[in-house]
Order: sequence, then C-alpha cells, then structure tokens
Amino acid sequence: MTGPADLIFYFVAALTVASAILVATLPNIIYSAVALLFSFAGVAGLYVFVSADFLAATQVLVYVGGILILILFAVFLSNRISTVKISNPVHFNWQAALLCLALFGVLSYTAVSTKFPVKPGLSYQPTTAEIGELLMTRYLLPFEVASVLLLAALIGAALLSRPEGEKERSADMEEPK
Amino acid sequence: MEALARSLVSAVPAIAGVPLWTVTLLMMVLSAAVLLAFALTFGGLGSYVLRKVAGDIQVRIGPNRVGPYGLLQFLADGAKLLLKEDIIPAKADRFLFILAPYLVFVGSFAAFVVLPFGVGLTASDLNIGVYYVMAVTSLVVVGILMAGWASNNKWALLGGMRAAAQIVSYEIPVGMAIMPAVLIAGSLSLQDIVRSQGGLLGIFGWNLFHNPFTFFSFFLYFTAAQAETNQTPFDIPEAESELVSGYNVEYSGIRYAFFFLAEFGDMFVVAALATACFLGGWHVPFFRAEALPALWGNLLSLAVFLIKAFALVLVMMWVRWTLPRLRVDQLMRMSWKYLVPLTFVNLLGVSLWLLIFKGKGIPALIASLIG
Repeated sequence: MTGPADLIFYFVAALTVASAILVATLPNIIYSAVALLFSFAGVAGLYVFVSADFLAATQVLVYVGGILILILFAVFLSNRISTVKISNPVHFNWQAALLCLALFGVLSYTAVSTKFPVKPGLSYQPTTAEIGELLMTRYLLPFEVASVLLLAALIGAALLSRPEGEKERSADMEEPK
Repeated sequence: MEALARSLVSAVPAIAGVPLWTVTLLMMVLSAAVLLAFALTFGGLGSYVLRKVAGDIQVRIGPNRVGPYGLLQFLADGAKLLLKEDIIPAKADRFLFILAPYLVFVGSFAAFVVLPFGVGLTASDLNIGVYYVMAVTSLVVVGILMAGWASNNKWALLGGMRAAAQIVSYEIPVGMAIMPAVLIAGSLSLQDIVRSQGGLLGIFGWNLFHNPFTFFSFFLYFTAAQAETNQTPFDIPEAESELVSGYNVEYSGIRYAFFFLAEFGDMFVVAALATACFLGGWHVPFFRAEALPALWGNLLSLAVFLIKAFALVLVMMWVRWTLPRLRVDQLMRMSWKYLVPLTFVNLLGVSLWLLIFKGKGIPALIASLIG
C-alpha cells in the first residue's frame, strides 16, 4: 500500500530516530530530555501503525507522563545543569563506542533473525479486551511478580527519601525523658 | 472516519473521482477545526462567565462595559492579548520558552477528540477513549514544567514544580475514580460508557445512581479532577499571594493566552468526562434521542450534553470563588492519604457489587422487583 499512510509512517520513523540521535548527542541535558519527548511520541505513533492502540496510549502515559517528568525533575533540581561540563562531560569514549557497537550488532542480528508472527493484513481491531484477558489468565504470574517488584521499589523509595527526618524526629521524641 | 468518507464518496457522485484519503483527510481537518472553534469560544465565553460569577459571589458587578452586560468583554480581551508586545526575557531559554505553551495547549486540546458530544457526535470514538484522555493530558505536565524552567524565574520554576507534582499525584485518584464507569460499561470507549447509561429508567439509569460506590466515585472524581486542572482551592501552582502567578508569570500576549485557553479547555474536559461517565452523557431523561432522525437526535443530544457539562463548569467556578487555597503539604496529604485510598476502596466496592448483583444497579434491581 503506497500513499499518504506510508509517507506518515516514514515521517514518524524519521522523527523517532532523529530525536533519539539528538538525545545522545545534544550537549545540554535539558534539550536531551525534550528530544526524548519527541522520540517517545514517535514510538507511540509507530505502535498506532501496527494497530496496537492500547500500547500506544500506555507508551505516552508511562514514558511521557511518568519517566520523562521524573527525568525533568531530577535535572531541574540539580544545580548548574545547563553547562556542558556537568551534564555531559565526556563526548566521546572509545570503550563506550565499542560497547554500543557490540550491542547494536546483537540487537540487529536478533531483529533480523527472529521470525515475528505477522498477522496477514493489518486489522485495526481493538486490543484492550484481549490484553486484559491475557494479563488475568495466561500471564497472571508475571503480572503479579511485576506489581510486587514495583511495590517493593515504591516502599524502598519512600524509605530512602526520609532516613534523616525520621532519625531526628525519634531523637526529638526521646529527649524529654 | 474512513467508513464515513467511503459512504460520502459513494453518496455524492460529484466527488467520486477524488481519492478516498483526501476526503478522509479533509473530514479530519474539518472536525478538528470545529472542535478548535468550540474550544476557543468556550475559553472566551468561559472567562466572561468566570468573572461574572466571581463578581456575583464577591458582591460586585464584574465586567459590564463592552457590549450588553459586558458580553463582548472576551473579544476585547482577545484583541488585547493579540496586540500586546511579545516579551521573551533576556535570560530565558528561548526555544523551550516558545515551545512550552504549545505543548500545554496540545495536551489539553487533544482530549477533545474523543469527547462524546452527541449520539453520533464524536470526532473519533477511540475504543481506548478514557485511557487516551489520561495519556494525552500528561503532555500538559511536561509543558508546564518546561515553561517554569525556561522562564528563568524563581517563581515560575517553583510554580512549575508544584504544578507537576500536583498533576502527577492527582492523576492516580482521577484514573481510579473513573474506573467504576469503565467497569459498568465494560469498555473504555466514551460512547460505549454513555450508551450503557440509557434505558427507560431516566436519570436513574445514570452511573451516578447505579450503586452507592459510584455515587461516591463521582464526587471523588470531581474533587480530584479539579485539583488536576489546578483550580482553586488546589491552585497552589499559581498561588497569586506567594508565587505572583506561577509557571506563566513571564508570559505575555498570545503566549499567555495559550496557557489560559488550555486551562479553560481542561475545565471543559473534566466537566465533559464527569458528564459522560456519571451523569448519563447525552442521554435525555425518559426519552430516546437515538430514535429521532439523525439530525434532530444529534442536535438534541448535543444540547443536553452541553447543558450538563456547563452546569458542572459553573459548579467548578462556584467552588473556585468560595473556598480558600490549600497549603502544599495539605494538598499532598489530601491526595495520597485520603483520595487515593478512598478511590481504591470504591473501585473494590464497585467490582464486588457488579460481581454479586450481576452488573445490575440499585434502580434496575428495584425495577425488577416491582415487575
């Protein structure tokens, strides 16, 4: 099928890749974060193209609404972040380049050699009900394990973020004795 | 949209030669333009009503100079905002400063696409409707944070941080409070949710009266959503008395107008979602608007939907001018210690209710008892 749909697909794919490159190369970490926003949006668009609507919305909700905001918060709360030296000190490092090349090789080998189950003819059918049913039946154990992991992370974060305050308060409480 | 375009092409012989995608694209652009016109008009007239309501509540007159009863005040304001000098602070981050208002507006306006305005009046009835609204509104947070940081102003940064923390916190109770409606309809599509509230029970078919838990859910949703849109009493991101105006303090002219319009757009989206999920959407009590000819059915249901949504907007304004502002820590406590547990209990309650009574609400149970 050639037509506007293909053009839009190539535009979205180019947007995703170009902003991903910008994320890695921009000197200012805040601009990297902004480029990441467009990269995430592009990936969501790609999901729409393979008729995974629920996944696309999840992509936006989790990555833009959660992770990107977390990154922005971390960046804004650190001092003097916009200077290149602090936010992105090493621009080229041959060990890192080697690692990247190796990872790229493995990933592209996997992507090419794997036989993906392709549905004959894309049908833009709703996927939400199917996903929900599979999560509650066939993939219930991984689903529950993931939620327990997230809960543990949540409790851990709450604990880590308040050790000093807790000690001070208990010290204050003990003093009047 | 494409099916509609196909039927249009086959119905009108004059455009038979035009490729299908052009017709589809034109229809998409047209529906987006209609929605945009609606959002902008709502923003303008909303600002007038907001000021009038404020005037009434504070025992003053409010705008009364431009046009009869000051009705044209919003046009004058719009012209003023368009003509004002566009100031970008010298130390601001130019690129992000310019980008931020667009992100905020897009995040707010994109939610309009799935709103069920009438029997067949939805720009795109996505089957993930509610979820989509939750997802796109998260763009607003990024825009606000960006505006706060790019302004290079301590008040703006503090306001942006507060806004982001607040919106992210209240997203959870908002999502959880809307879930009962999704459970009852068995679908995330807003049109399906509205359709599930019809029937011969009149207003007792609404999800609001389905069972005690949905009744509470409506109020939980309305409270949490008001906080998510940064309205008073939850307007600490703007807090005029401490932060001057918060994240938008450095913006002027049309860029400020974008934030302003996005705020009113959010207000309408919240009211419209509450209407669709709990107040029966476009359903006319004791009357089937779907049974009318398409044009009249659509017009009637549109009018009913707008009346319900506008009534909720008025309640929001009323609350806005009545209650004092919460403190930051009170706001966070409100979300995490009260709203989140309550919405979870509610969700559990609704699920149990649906399980025990096989999806029937109190009115339906009573109706089946009577006969």
